Amino acid sequence: MRINAFGMYYRKLNETIRACSDHNIVIDHLCGQRYIACAEKDRLFTLRGTPGNGLAQYMDGATVEVFGNCQEAVGDTMNSGEIIIHGHCGDACAYGMRGGRILIEGNVGYRAGVHMKAHLDHQPVLIVGGTAGSFLGEYLAGGLIAVLGIGAKGAYPCRYFCGTGMHGGKIILRCDKKPEALPPQVLVSLASADDLSELAPHVEAYCHHFGHDVQTLMAQTYYVLTPNPEASYKRLYTFE
Amino acid sequence: MRGIHDEGSERIPSGCAISSIFSKSGKPINGERIIHSMAPMHDRSNGLGGGFAGYGIYPQHKDDYAFHVFYDHSKAQNACESFLKERFCFAASEQIPTRKLSAITQEPISMRYFLRPLYRRMEDLQLDESEYVARCVLHINAQIDGAYVFSSGKNMGVFKAVGFPEDVGRYYRLEEYEGYCWTAHGRYPTNTPGWWGGAHPFALLDTTVVHNGEISSYDANRRTIEMFGYACTLKTDTEAITYIIDYLTRKCGLTLSETAGVIAAPFWSTITAMPEPARSQAAYLRHAFSSLLITGPFSIIVGFTGGLMALNDRLKLRSMVVGEKGDMVYIASEECAIRVIEPEPDRIWSPAGGQPVIITLDKSCQGGDHHGL
Repeated sequence: MRINAFGMYYRKLNETIRACSDHNIVIDHLCGQRYIACAEKDRLFTLRGTPGNGLAQYMDGATVEVFGNCQEAVGDTMNSGEIIIHGHCGDACAYGMRGGRILIEGNVGYRAGVHMKAHLDHQPVLIVGGTAGSFLGEYLAGGLIAVLGIGAKGAYPCRYFCGTGMHGGKIILRCDKKPEALPPQVLVSLASADDLSELAPHVEAYCHHFGHDVQTLMAQTYYVLTPNPEASYKRLYTFE
Repeated sequence: MRGIHDEGSERIPSGCAISSIFSKSGKPINGERIIHSMAPMHDRSNGLGGGFAGYGIYPQHKDDYAFHVFYDHSKAQNACESFLKERFCFAASEQIPTRKLSAITQEPISMRYFLRPLYRRMEDLQLDESEYVARCVLHINAQIDGAYVFSSGKNMGVFKAVGFPEDVGRYYRLEEYEGYCWTAHGRYPTNTPGWWGGAHPFALLDTTVVHNGEISSYDANRRTIEMFGYACTLKTDTEAITYIIDYLTRKCGLTLSETAGVIAAPFWSTITAMPEPARSQAAYLRHAFSSLLITGPFSIIVGFTGGLMALNDRLKLRSMVVGEKGDMVYIASEECAIRVIEPEPDRIWSPAGGQPVIITLDKSCQGGDHHGL
């Protein structure tokens, strides 16, 4: 099914999608319509334009490919499936994500991957091609976040407070120098061979969709952030 | 019918929408474009407030103060007009043109005056012109029951009401105005009543503020700013932000970047890691104006003669996107609000928390006045 979403109210658009039994859904001329592909299983969505907030929340197995930038709260509490964004993504992406994979070609905003969590074979993965805003992976409990820093010229590809309160999972950052001034809950080390082999299939998928060279990207320097068991939170934190 | 000053106090949680359009070459932009920009963000508002500010819209009266005033009743109008007549010469006086819409009800009387200060009176008081005008505005809003001046700058105007922004724009016939800059707001009131005076933009002189968020430092900020002669009478945090910006820029002479360094000061841990001289500067602003630090989520667009400033709180707890195309700059809560009026911007990006985005008219046009950079 192909839908022209120009000027269509989000409720009507989502009702149209839900009433349709087609496996492939193509939507053109999106402009801010919210909640597309929420809780969808198995289907394939191809979206053009600017989908609105809450794209693919609670998604449970579907594939969403977006040709354009995304706004806030993409993949909130997503359970499984894949989101591929040919562009940038706004704030609070992958909040509480529990499984599946999100690939972002460009940058992601603030608070990406906050409180992602993993359980058995549910291992959420967030791959960001460019850079990330502050609070990346805050309270991270499980899963993998990687920021490839493409275009950042080897600089630290995040802003402030990366991994604050993290107590599980792994953050991999591509940068030439060891990241400094990270919160005490984070341990930093050079990526090991195991870390790189864990990252490799996701970088391959990234390059498959967005056209970079896998070998060149994998040959760069990567640092890994893991939780520091000595400095976990014993009470609420606040900044001044 | 309830008056404009005594609406209820029901709490409805959610967000707001802001948007703006700016032509750096000073090209006139029709008011209809900013209404279009707000439409895709409809659900960020709940119909309890919408408003717009346009700059460069009164070229025929560009040297007069354009006062837009709401009145609850004709008694308030009489009291306010006689107050103004003692202090200003009236170049023009008229009802603000509106269009009857079923979506906009319980309208107050809304009047527009083009005013010139009476210089002898001003000199007697030994005040400069902007301070004289600002004091008159604050006096009316605090002392004349049922009267509320919601716009008071030169060659600019605020238009606001209870309703969805698209309806408010049509109600005020914005398609009949053209200016080089527009800002807009759709309201979803959280802690304070949805009433006509509580809609955004908030304005004092030519400074206007549209705001998405709710500041948790309101009372500390209010107590501080009231010590400097401002009276917070409008039951909303955005009013305090407007006065803080007026105080820091017009009275203290801070630049807009410095103002941003006060109201969205970086954390001490961030300041400590800064190189000199940025570190001493940031530390000075935090120490000298500690009670004017605004905490809690906000994204604001500040309009002034010749320019705009967009600013997020330092944690960036509200979304904001900037788009550029040729000499045009667009700033909005959501990218869709930009794409709907400019589908192919040259560049689109999100400013970081606490990082001000300042846009001004090209030097060949009239520049900003008291808001130096």
